[in-house]
Amino acid sequence: MAQDNTATLKTADGTLLKLSLERSLRRRKRNALLLVAPLFLFILITFLLPIFDMLIRSVDNKITAEILPTTVPLLAKWDARSGKLPDELVFKAFITDAQIASKAKTINRLGKRLNYEKSGTSSLFRKTGRKLKKFKANKLTGTYQEALLKIDKKWGKIATWQMIQRESGRYTSSYFLSAIDMKKGIDGAEWKDEDSQIYINLFKRTLWLSFLITLLTILLGYPIAYLLASLKTKTSNLLMILVLLPFWTSLLVRTSSWIALLQKEGIINDVLVSIGIISDNARLSMIHNQTGTIIAMTHILLPFMILPLFSVMKTIDPSYIRAARSMGATSFTAFRRIYFPNTVAGIGAGGILVFILSIGYYITPALVGGTQGTLISNFIAYHISESLNWGLAASLGTLLLLLVLALYILYDKIVGIDNMKLG
Amino acid sequence: MALPLHATTAERVWHYTFLSICTVIFIFLIIPILVVIPLSFNAQPYFTFTPEMLSLDPAGYSTRWYESFFNDSNWQKAVKNSIIIAIFSTIISTFLGTLAALGLSQKDFPLKTTIMGILISPMVVPLIISAAGMFFFYARVNLLGTHLGVILAHAALATPFVVITVTATLTGFDHSLTRAAANLGSSPTNTFFRITVPLITPGVISGALFAFITSFDEVIVVLFVGSVHQRTIPWAMFSGIREEISPTILAVATLLICFSIVLLIMLEILRRRNERLRGLSPN
Repeated sequence: MAQDNTATLKTADGTLLKLSLERSLRRRKRNALLLVAPLFLFILITFLLPIFDMLIRSVDNKITAEILPTTVPLLAKWDARSGKLPDELVFKAFITDAQIASKAKTINRLGKRLNYEKSGTSSLFRKTGRKLKKFKANKLTGTYQEALLKIDKKWGKIATWQMIQRESGRYTSSYFLSAIDMKKGIDGAEWKDEDSQIYINLFKRTLWLSFLITLLTILLGYPIAYLLASLKTKTSNLLMILVLLPFWTSLLVRTSSWIALLQKEGIINDVLVSIGIISDNARLSMIHNQTGTIIAMTHILLPFMILPLFSVMKTIDPSYIRAARSMGATSFTAFRRIYFPNTVAGIGAGGILVFILSIGYYITPALVGGTQGTLISNFIAYHISESLNWGLAASLGTLLLLLVLALYILYDKIVGIDNMKLG
Repeated sequence: MALPLHATTAERVWHYTFLSICTVIFIFLIIPILVVIPLSFNAQPYFTFTPEMLSLDPAGYSTRWYESFFNDSNWQKAVKNSIIIAIFSTIISTFLGTLAALGLSQKDFPLKTTIMGILISPMVVPLIISAAGMFFFYARVNLLGTHLGVILAHAALATPFVVITVTATLTGFDHSLTRAAANLGSSPTNTFFRITVPLITPGVISGALFAFITSFDEVIVVLFVGSVHQRTIPWAMFSGIREEISPTILAVATLLICFSIVLLIMLEILRRRNERLRGLSPN
């Protein structure tokens, strides 16, 4: 019996062949894992941990309990709906905490943090911290509450204490709420006033512009990919340079070039004026607005559409079209019914790729987008380096990341990450 | 694409319309690259063609922006930073990426898709998110404003390109070659260096080129993770465009275009060599 034979076969050193094979397969697997491990660890530390850090930061709120360590537990017992101010113990604890924080120069940080919840809090904390430096508990004549109210009347408002109580937890949802234009009210989340809503519109604008850019790259990329796929290899290789050269050229080179072309005193306006299509004082403004962002980004992302489309079209057997034509289809029908359906996967692949890239774009909108052509990324950068509201930057980043991950999974379903090719 | 003899008039008209549409799109693709080169020789500090330039008057042209580039210590420092950062991050990412690709290409690698997805993620996550995360995290470990921080960040961003190119080379790899070597008594190490390495070298080099250009072109992460001492060429261009727009930027742009042409040629040579080595004729 053949099966019995293999079961008893032995290698030269006398071990069973089956065992020996298993052992060698296991060794191979272990070696493969050892080869991947260094990169995996590297990516984990230099990339995934930072991303994780950002996710944590978007809900992190340990600052309140850190700076007001004795106040927070006492304040937690206070009933925010009672209509009364917290009791004297809370005021005493607050003054003690604030005095320590004021000496350690950390109180302004808390003020800045709580200022995101209610503007004016930052100056309230700064003022309180300054005045409390001279405060001495043994010279206190009235209650602690009176002492604090003497510094600023806002301490007599229930809303101030409600806000501190609400924001004293280890984690907060307030950054995420402000990232979608909401705020916390006494009865949970509510929308901000109509005129202070920015982020919902920003997300809408980012999605809309990305969609528009994706559509434009499909419209412009399809004919080029079709031409390149149907030409003789020699000619198509030559024309391919026109696609690959922009692809390989620095993003900043292309962006600065579009500035030279599109600005008011730029080349396109100069040409239009000199051939008399527009007059000198009616020069088109094509930059520092949405038009600038759309034109420059369509140009920059076009190769990302052409290359996957081209590789899909290359695999379509020309005899399909010939067969359709020989059976009486017009060239249009043959294209519509045979060729086009075969390229839909390519459109999907290129489309998702361009869409993913454009919703996260930063450099080009920052340089040519003005105020109306900026995207969500620009606001993340603004909150990191200018307004320093890192929590809000992190929560905007987290939302953007979720959006991209959803698209990434979709891309994986359609194309497969393994099939990603370059150049 | 040639038109058959029996084509109808409508088909002819469409054919030529299609070709003109394609020509317009090709012009759209290449014009930003072409326009920069003559503009960088402008004698005037403008971002457009002067009348002297259009009449091909030699007085309208000059190399003053190139001189200002080569004589400006800030630009020279940016070039130095760019090269140092790109070289070190290329070495790290090529080494780690090639090892990982060799492991991943084993037939029965467990959880292959998941691991591949994680290793490729730096390429997919929008740069601003990577930059934000790295900014927060590197600040904790005191890597902000150091060359090391920027190099590590760039290496992380570049590894997916190495993994992808080397994996692609290895999918066409004929494993019977290594088995034949083993059969002939070669040790695994010997087989690796004498058989595997020569065959995957073109893939590794093109992966390294991708890694180099990723770092050389990158601006967002370096803006966040680096300080003035890590100012690279793209950073200098970015702030140049924002602040005082001078044609020096166009001179730098022209030099970068030449650089990318060289790179493109190198990649093409490697691609052909790779196909020849694997016994495939081009195309």
